[in-house]
Amino acid sequence: MNTATLPIELPELTQDDLTRYSRHLILPEVGVEGQRKLKAARVLCVGAGGLGSPLALYLAAAGVGTLGLVDFDVVDASNLQRQIIHFTADIGRKKLDSAEEKLKALNPALNVVKHETMLSSANALDILKDYDIVADGTDNFPTRYLVNDACVLLGKPNAYGSIFRFEGQASVFAAKDGPCYRCLYPEPPPPGLVPSCAEGGVLGILPGLIGVIQATEAIKLILGIGEPLIGRLLLVDALKLRFRELKLRKNPDCPVCGTHPTVTKLIDYEQFCGIRPETKEEQAVKNGVPQLSVKELKRRMDAGENLFILDVREPFEYQIANIGGKLIPQNEVPQRLAEIDRDREIIVQCKSGNRSQRIAEFLKQSGYPKVANVSGGILAWSDQVDPSVPKY
Amino acid sequence: MTIFIPTPLRTYTADKDAVEVNAATIAAALDELTRAHPDLRMHLFTSEGKLRAFVNIYLNDEDVRYLPEKDATKVSSTDTLSIIPSIAGGCPPRGRMQIQHRIPETQ
Repeated sequence: MNTATLPIELPELTQDDLTRYSRHLILPEVGVEGQRKLKAARVLCVGAGGLGSPLALYLAAAGVGTLGLVDFDVVDASNLQRQIIHFTADIGRKKLDSAEEKLKALNPALNVVKHETMLSSANALDILKDYDIVADGTDNFPTRYLVNDACVLLGKPNAYGSIFRFEGQASVFAAKDGPCYRCLYPEPPPPGLVPSCAEGGVLGILPGLIGVIQATEAIKLILGIGEPLIGRLLLVDALKLRFRELKLRKNPDCPVCGTHPTVTKLIDYEQFCGIRPETKEEQAVKNGVPQLSVKELKRRMDAGENLFILDVREPFEYQIANIGGKLIPQNEVPQRLAEIDRDREIIVQCKSGNRSQRIAEFLKQSGYPKVANVSGGILAWSDQVDPSVPKY
Repeated sequence: MTIFIPTPLRTYTADKDAVEVNAATIAAALDELTRAHPDLRMHLFTSEGKLRAFVNIYLNDEDVRYLPEKDATKVSSTDTLSIIPSIAGGCPPRGRMQIQHRIPETQ
């Protein structure tokens, strides 16, 4: 009932298959027929990162015949703490190439389909249509809603997982008669309300836990066994190692899967999530705060200009890397204004430019006449000015 | 009763993952919670006092929106309330997008 559409003609198992999957074959719930279903199955992993790594590895090991991967990123050193499909030697390589290599090494019979693109309203239906099940391991709200809507429109179940710090969520959305992501969250939070993983951090094992739950659900859906996480939201708290379950209901008024849907084709998801591309003018000035590139900052420092560089990160971050600015963590700035010289130009800097932008706006409101934000923060400094400054 | 606070909102409850309140209904419990932790209010409710659309409140394992009496439902000391906000699992690709409106955090 909840199984994905599979070809009626299931492929035969080879002698190698019989040996490799013997521990599956002796399970009555899987057996030869189940293993043939796995061999025929086509699963799309959206994202080859934290969630996608364990998900793809386990599906490949289990004998899923075709795995599609959507990603356009390259491997960065800061990925390796959790994205276990990528190794140290892969830094700088395309994630798709790195993942394909590991998956084929694990299971040479696997058919890997690489989609080197950012999933968008223009390409999502075309990419998803060739798969039976979608496993959403993306890292941002617009893509979450895009994957959901595309799954509902195409009738493909979505093994969903998401993580933040020590906490994870998992469910199966868009299954026949089951609720979808929009039934749970009709609207996205305003941008900036939920901190990103780069700012909020994530425990490295957490995507392992949640990604394996997504893989479990995908395999159960293929085999048609057990009770999939349809209509249930699993909450995982890694610190307490507590699993809780909440009931999810299909919302009859859901705009995409309800009885009278108003979303009948894919929309502009960045606009839906309150995000729009930057214009040229906004790149130069954001909310009244001039944006300074790291190269321009370096030039002005070298020219000996009288700049007050204010670093608003936390002390432990400053210890890892700094460019010699005055350290006042963002939450202490309102109480420590006396230490910030009103007569000089204040250049606010943080890790990637978000916290410093907020503080720069605050300083302007507090009457500082000349304030600028370092666009891209110390990460950009390390990339474009001084690679010896460590990235974290 | 116990109200479970999710990770993204613990900044506003002095890092507490659960808050105990004494209340007769769900609405009264949320009221007591936001009186004890006023910074939470704007994250849970609109300026008109309506629960925000991206925040889900569960009484035990049931979505409050689907209870017949909604937030007027009576609660006992053994019940739990859970606040379930959306989490995306990461960040938008750096430098490609811009925040259009954000909740001020510095004042």
